[in-house]
Amino acid sequence: MPDVHILVNEFVNQLKKRKIEGSQATAKQTAELLRSVISQQRVPQTNQATALINAVRAVGEKLIAANPVELAVGNIARRVLHIIREEDLSLATAAIADLELSAVSDDEDDVERDDYPVLSAAAVAAAARSTLRPPSLQTLLEDAPISAAIPHTSSSGGDSEGKSRSVDKGSRGRKLKHDVIEAVNELIQDISTCYEQIAEQAVEHIHQNEVILTLGSSKTVLEFLCAAKEKKRSFKVFVAEGAPRYQGHLLAKELAARGLQTTVITDSAVFAMISRVNMVIVGAHAVMANGGVIAPVGLNMVALAAQRHAVPFVVLAGSHKLCPLYPHNPEVLLNELRSPSELLDFGEFSDCMDSASGGGSLHVVNPTFDYVPPKLVSLFITDTGGHNPSYMYRLIADYYSADDLVVKRRPVTGS
Amino acid sequence: MGAPKKSSARVSEDHDELVRVPLQAILIADSFTTKFRPITLERPKVLLPLVNAPMINYTLTWLESAGVEEVFVFCCAHSKQVINYLEKSEWFNQPNFTVTTIESQNSVSAGDALRVIYERNVIHGDFVLVSGDTVSNMSLTQALLEHKERKKKDSNAVMTMVIKRSKTNPAIHQSRLGTDEIFMAIDPDTKQLLYYEDKADYSKGTLHLENSLLADNPSLSLHHDKQDCYIDICSPEVLSLFTDNFDYQHLRRHFVKGLLVDDIMGYKIFVHEICSDYAARIDNFRSYDTVSKDIIHRWTYPLVPDVMNFGNTTTKLERQGIYRASEISQSQSAVVGPFSVIGFGTKIGNNTKILNSVVGEGCKIGSNVHIEGCYIWDNVTIEDGCKLRYGIVCDGVTMKSGSALEPGVVLSFKVVVGKEFVVPTYSQVSLLQQPIEEDSDEELEYADSTSAITSTLDKSDGESDSELSDTHFNPASELGFGGVGYIWPKCEGGHEEEWRHSVAPITEDKILEAVKALEDELELILDGNTLPPSGELKPNSIDSDEDDNDDLRDDFDKEVEETFLRAVHENIQENHLTLEVNSLKLSYNKIAADCAGALFYAMMKYAVDMPHSSAERLTQNVQAVLTKWKKVLTSYLNDMDEQIEVILKFEEMCLESAKEYAPLFTQILHYMYNEDIIEEDAILSWEDEKKEADESDKVFVKQAQTFIQWLKEAPEEDDDKED
Repeated sequence: MPDVHILVNEFVNQLKKRKIEGSQATAKQTAELLRSVISQQRVPQTNQATALINAVRAVGEKLIAANPVELAVGNIARRVLHIIREEDLSLATAAIADLELSAVSDDEDDVERDDYPVLSAAAVAAAARSTLRPPSLQTLLEDAPISAAIPHTSSSGGDSEGKSRSVDKGSRGRKLKHDVIEAVNELIQDISTCYEQIAEQAVEHIHQNEVILTLGSSKTVLEFLCAAKEKKRSFKVFVAEGAPRYQGHLLAKELAARGLQTTVITDSAVFAMISRVNMVIVGAHAVMANGGVIAPVGLNMVALAAQRHAVPFVVLAGSHKLCPLYPHNPEVLLNELRSPSELLDFGEFSDCMDSASGGGSLHVVNPTFDYVPPKLVSLFITDTGGHNPSYMYRLIADYYSADDLVVKRRPVTGS
Repeated sequence: MGAPKKSSARVSEDHDELVRVPLQAILIADSFTTKFRPITLERPKVLLPLVNAPMINYTLTWLESAGVEEVFVFCCAHSKQVINYLEKSEWFNQPNFTVTTIESQNSVSAGDALRVIYERNVIHGDFVLVSGDTVSNMSLTQALLEHKERKKKDSNAVMTMVIKRSKTNPAIHQSRLGTDEIFMAIDPDTKQLLYYEDKADYSKGTLHLENSLLADNPSLSLHHDKQDCYIDICSPEVLSLFTDNFDYQHLRRHFVKGLLVDDIMGYKIFVHEICSDYAARIDNFRSYDTVSKDIIHRWTYPLVPDVMNFGNTTTKLERQGIYRASEISQSQSAVVGPFSVIGFGTKIGNNTKILNSVVGEGCKIGSNVHIEGCYIWDNVTIEDGCKLRYGIVCDGVTMKSGSALEPGVVLSFKVVVGKEFVVPTYSQVSLLQQPIEEDSDEELEYADSTSAITSTLDKSDGESDSELSDTHFNPASELGFGGVGYIWPKCEGGHEEEWRHSVAPITEDKILEAVKALEDELELILDGNTLPPSGELKPNSIDSDEDDNDDLRDDFDKEVEETFLRAVHENIQENHLTLEVNSLKLSYNKIAADCAGALFYAMMKYAVDMPHSSAERLTQNVQAVLTKWKKVLTSYLNDMDEQIEVILKFEEMCLESAKEYAPLFTQILHYMYNEDIIEEDAILSWEDEKKEADESDKVFVKQAQTFIQWLKEAPEEDDDKED
């Protein structure tokens, strides 16, 4: 698999040089890369899942190291790991059900319990699932249809179990890989459609004649606002320009082009304007497990202003931005300090920079992100609907396995 | 940095359509200077660590991210080391980025390097020319586009230079990078470079622009706040130009200036100014210091230690700009100040303070050590109680307990500083003795005399360390008890201004000195050119048309001087000289006094410039010159005012430009009196004028007091006789 190697290296390079920007693009590319890693990975007869997990982990670790600040990379790596575990599990449960079924049929054939096996297989499968995986709301709700589906396959396997078992084992590896790739495809699909899914909910949140404030530029916010506009809602938008990169200017231009009444304000005018605002809608860089948000710089100030005036502070985030880590870990709460040239003109200030030829010493700090604590956030809107900050950890439990939270320290150093 | 990727790809597509060649770059991995000695005797400059990563990595990384696809690394000095390094690094197996080395042992300048590359015939299209010590994060897209557009319109536009705005220090005429102030004349509309001067002569305080430059260009802007980034986008013609003009050595001094002067071929150079991007070249220790700081302050983002992990170790940025690699063991009581970098596996002892410094990998720093503003490379051992301020400490150096570095010290590889020894300020210490160079000076840019040494070093790099230290052990008491290494003797004069190029901050008194020198210059210019502040000193020079002819006057003086020198050298007759000076007088709209002053100045200058060993000899020179050209001079000295002008001029010379005359003032004055060049009335009224002047202005009046006294007594007799 030399070509995967090249792909990985290329992606690592791009991440290192900060050439990929935006968590959506990064997430999508990461998922696509991991998909090709999986499809190229040769699986042994036994422990296919472990082999895949190790391969994905190895790559994931590299990618995370390449740009630890872009949390979406780690999120997607963990999501893929979770997918592998899930698929393995569902195959395993199917096999267990198989075995159960055959055992049942072998031993208790004479006792005439012909109507029970199906039930008991389902029960075993459910039990296996619940022991292997932390329970989550989603699974509890979805348990019924899945367990209903399993007996179906198992019963079909049960008929010709004697000779099909060996064949099954060989095909299971391929099946696992196939299933995983299918699921990763779904994930990629999800990532690319998250805008629309979030935007669909716009009408429920934006009402007639409201004033919306946002800061900087976010594609999600743009789509969200435009979706509301398309539904014939008329409202005003205040865009804080988002110094020092001034991406708010671009957003304002885009919004105006789509016929929304847009006003650009400076970041420092946010507090003055907030009393006229009905709702603050912003994008995020990442959403942490405690419901805190890592967002473009300046948003903490906006959130505090919104809280002061009791204005709802709504964060839009695709599910790929959900990060299963907690922000009190200094390794996680990374900030990217960008070049001071975004703030100052080098030539103009070169004589007071910290250089040997006398003069004072001028230091410039240009952080990229802010941390907005969960208590300042009123609502998260993800592609699965609106959620409270305190609910985030549940949502995360649906998407990630607890074993994968630390990708770096691998228990098995292999592959 | 997201956009450049896409756009650069687009550019290369366009490019492919036109010429079907990938974007190439020439990286010259040799600076052909000796500014980094003694370090560069043992390791090539491009491999010296800059914030714990070899410099060449910064250049290659930038080239790669700027969309360059093929790089030719030209290695000369220590070429084996460079090639070995590149082979071990990952640069040779990058997917869309090929690195090829070109080796040449006998190139002594950038010009030679380009000629070798031309012979190889590997460059097929426009290329980027940089040296291996360039740190930049600029996007080449815009510059390349501009270059191509211009090239399409005008095939003579062969080169685009990248410049950046950066203020120079007004006191010392130096940029932050320790290079001299550069004067550039640029056409504001077309961005064509019209004039380039990096070695302006400040002592004269003048700048020469060709008349034709002003005539041909309706507008031109003269800049001195631009920094030359030494990043050039060149057309393939540049290489053949170097081959055609085999005497071109230096890229700027010969090539750029050569093209600018040469109007037969009509080649043009343009500039591209970058604003928010960073670009700088490490030329000397001072720029090493400045660029390191810029990297630590993240101006070079994303080329900063925590983003670009050049090695395998990861570096983390902590609060207050502290970069820390992994596996550092630091005592609880040790303090690492803001804007410092600590490398992988370094140990720091108790109560040690590290401020504003870069510490490399695997260093052992003892207790109670104070390190400020230093660059400490890998595997350095610093024992307890050492004090290091503003120095560069290379790999493998050992500092025994209690030793200290004064500001500006450079310790080359594996030097051992003895116990309690204090290395004096600005000294350069190496295990190798200073190579004896025949007639090299600061201007030297050809490292040829060292090639022998360096090649032997290349071979003996690893294994013969023990030999080296054996042979050099005995005389090493230069560095105190147990010390190993030589303190290089300072060069005559060349290192007089070492403070300009060292990592040590420029001390207050140096700046004051420089400011004072500048003020003196200004005063000189003021005295010579404009009205003296007190007004009454030169009654004659207060002429209405003088005021608006300030700068012309300066030119006039020069013209007269040149005319005079020509007359001396070509044996032109006196009356012809008078004729020429007269015509100058008319064309510059001057009066006789000006001519007399200028002529006198020229003569005295000529006399003092003639070889002389003693004051007597000088006097004789003056007498000879004055006697020979007396007629010319006296033809302008009909009036007393004119004679006073001459005395004033002489006084001024003694004070400023030719101080040798100061003790001889009276003697020469007397001679001139005897020769009837100056009459006594003039001398007396000069003295009269000076009565009201400052004490400092009266030095010569006092010196001439006895002479004047004698004059005062003598006249009566004369008058009596005449009467």
